[in-house]
Amino acid sequence: MTMQKQDQVDKKLSDMPDETGHFGQYGGIFVPETLMEPLKELKEAYIHYFQEPDFLAELDSDLANYVGRPSPLYYAERWSLELGGAKIYLKREDLNHTGAHKVNNTIGQMLLAKRMGKTRIIAETGAGQHGVATATVAARLGLECVVYMGAEDIQRQALNVYRMKLLGARVVSVGSGSRTLKDALNEAMRDWVTNIDNTFYIIGTAAGPHPYPAMVRDFQAIIGREAKQQIMVHEGRMPDALVACIGGGSNAIGLFYPFVDDMDVSMYGVEAAGHGLETGEHAAPLCAGKPGVLHGNRTYLMEDRHGQIIPTHSVSAGLDYPGVGPEHSWLKDIGRANYVAVSDEEALKGFHDLTLTEGIMPALESSHAIAYVTKLAPTMDKEQIIIMNLSGRGDKDIHTVATLDGIEF
Amino acid sequence: MSRIKSCFAQLKENKRKALVPYVAAGDPNPEITLDLMHAMVQAGADIIELGVPFSDPMADGPVIQKASERALIYGTSLTDVLSVIKQFRETNDSTPIVLMGYLNPIEVMGYEVFAKAASESGVDGVLTVDIPPEEAQVYIPALKQYELDPIFLLSPTTTKERMKLICHYASGFIYYVAVKGVTGTSALDTIEVASRLEMIKEVTDLPIGVGFGIKNAATAVAVGQVSDAVVVGSALVNLVEQNAHALSNAEGNKKIIKEISQVLVSMRSALDA
Ligand SMILES: Cc1ncc(COP(=O)(O)O)c(C=O)c1O
Repeated sequence: MTMQKQDQVDKKLSDMPDETGHFGQYGGIFVPETLMEPLKELKEAYIHYFQEPDFLAELDSDLANYVGRPSPLYYAERWSLELGGAKIYLKREDLNHTGAHKVNNTIGQMLLAKRMGKTRIIAETGAGQHGVATATVAARLGLECVVYMGAEDIQRQALNVYRMKLLGARVVSVGSGSRTLKDALNEAMRDWVTNIDNTFYIIGTAAGPHPYPAMVRDFQAIIGREAKQQIMVHEGRMPDALVACIGGGSNAIGLFYPFVDDMDVSMYGVEAAGHGLETGEHAAPLCAGKPGVLHGNRTYLMEDRHGQIIPTHSVSAGLDYPGVGPEHSWLKDIGRANYVAVSDEEALKGFHDLTLTEGIMPALESSHAIAYVTKLAPTMDKEQIIIMNLSGRGDKDIHTVATLDGIEF
Repeated sequence: MSRIKSCFAQLKENKRKALVPYVAAGDPNPEITLDLMHAMVQAGADIIELGVPFSDPMADGPVIQKASERALIYGTSLTDVLSVIKQFRETNDSTPIVLMGYLNPIEVMGYEVFAKAASESGVDGVLTVDIPPEEAQVYIPALKQYELDPIFLLSPTTTKERMKLICHYASGFIYYVAVKGVTGTSALDTIEVASRLEMIKEVTDLPIGVGFGIKNAATAVAVGQVSDAVVVGSALVNLVEQNAHALSNAEGNKKIIKEISQVLVSMRSALDA
C-alpha cells in the first residue's frame, strides 16, 4: 500500500487506469482469446470518440434532452436537521429518464455502438434498471436488443421485466449457477463471443475487462462533474464527504471520480451486508472478500478457499454481485476511499426514512447509501457537507418492500 | 523431453493424428474420473484434457457448464483434480495430461504453488481460458520453471500479429478454437479452419490442435486432415449428462465409461484409416 503511494507521488489518481487497463494490480483483460480483438476495437473507438467533438456534442445533447440532465442537487434539509449533523445534499439520479443513473452509461455506449456499425445490442441486468435503460436507448435507435437476467432476479423484479418487453427487448432468463447477476453477465459474454461481428455488449457497471471499467466510469462521471459545479453554486465550497452505494460500482465511481484528486473530500462506498457480514450472506467483496479474477478483471471477489465464486445475498438485486469494479479495489488498497457495508434491515429503514422525511422514494440500492448517511452525518459538524448519490427511484422495489413489511396486494 | 513433445514426435513418426478427449474432472461424481482416464487411453486417446470445474465458466456452452455444476456439487477442487492425476500416474507415465480451466482457482492457490503441485502430480500442460499472454507475465515463467507447457488458444478473430505474440509464449501445442463461440457450438467450417491453420503454420512449428465443434468421427477426420490433434469435448460430456442420473453412481459411471470409449474408438479408427 505504501509502495503504491510512493509510486504515485507525481501521478494524479485520476490518470488511472494505465495503458493496459490496470489500476495498480487490479483491472486488466482476462478473457477468452476470441474477445481480445473485439475489446481492442472497442478500446480504440472509445479513445477516439471521447476526443471527437461531434460525438461529445451528440452525447451532451442526448443527456440534456432525452435523459433530462443536469439532475438536481437537492438539499435534504428536513432529513439533515433530523440527523443533527452535516448538511446532506442528494444527487438526484432518480429523476433521470428511466429512473436511475444507468441511462448515463447506456446512452453513451449506444452512441459508440452506432458509430461502430453494430446492429444488435446485448446487456446483462440484475435489478433490471440497466436492462430497462438499455432497452430504452435500443428502442430509440430501432436496434435489436437482448437482455440477460438471472432467473431469480426475473422473479424479484417482474415489473422491470415487463418494462423491457414493452420496450421491444427480448429478456432471456439465465438458469445457470446462482441464477443472478453474475450468471447473467456470464451468459451475455457467451452471447458476445458467439455474435461479435454485429453485436455490441453494453456492460451496466464499471466492471468487466478493459476498457469497460474506464469507459463506464467516464460516461457516469457526469454525475460528479455536475455535483461539483452545483455544490459550488449552493455552498460556494467543496463537499467534505461523498457517499454512494456499490453494486458493481458505477454510480459510486461516477460521483467519486471527478473528486478523486481533491484529497480533502472523503469518499464512502456502501456495500450490501445482507443478513450481516458475519453470516456470510452478503454482497460485500470489498469489506469481506479477497482479490481474484472474474468477468475479465482482477478485483475483490466473494470466493471460497478454492477460488469458486460463492453465492451472494442482498435484499437489493442491483447490489447482489460477488465482484466490484477494479477501480474501487484500487482506491480501497491505496486508502483513498472507504468501503463500508449496511444490512438489508438498515437499508429498509433508510428507504422508509427518506420517503417519510423528504417525500422521495429511493431504490433499495440507493437505500444502502441512505442508511450509511444516517450513521455518518451525526458524527460530522453542522457546517460540513455530504453529497449522497441517490442512484435510483424506488418504484421498482415497492413490491419487495411491501412483502418484507408483510403486506399483500 | 516433455511428455507432450515426445507424444507429438511419436505421432508424427507414425503419421498419426492426436486424439484429445476433454472431460471435466469429478463429473458426474468423483469416483469416475480415474477409471474414465484410463479407459480413454485404452480407447485410443493420445492426450487427456482434464477440465477443472469452475463456478463461472464464461467460455463454455451449456453442456460443459452443467459438467462444472455437477462436479461442484461434490466440491471438486483444483487440489482434488491434481490428486486424481497423481493416482493416474501410478500406472500411466506416458499419456500427457493438460489441465483446462479458468484462472481464479489457480490465482487463489498462487501461481508458483500451483505450478509446483501440478508438476509433481504429473500434469504436462495448462490451458487457462481467461488469461491472455499480456496478463501472463508472472504465470508463464511460473509454469515454465516447473516444466509445464503453457497452452494458449488462437481463435478466428486472432490477427497474425497476435498469433506471433501468442506462439512466442506457448509451448507443447497450439489450440485453435474452430468457431466464434463457446464450447459445444455446432457449425464448424472445415474450409475456414484449413485456411486459418495455414496462417498459423506460417508463424509456428508447434503442433496444432483444433477443438470446439468436433462432434463425431466425420468432423474429427475432416479436421484431422489439416491439424495435428483433434479435441473432442461437448460430444463426450453429453454422454455423461445423459447417464448422470442413473439409478446408482456405479451403474451410471460404468455406462458413461462404456459410451465414451465407444465414441473414442470410432474416432480413433476413422482418424487412423
Ligand atoms: C438504482 C441503482 N443503484 C445502484 C445500482 C448498483 O450498480 P452500480 O454499483 O454499478 O451503481 C443499481 C444496479 O442495478 C441500481 O439500479
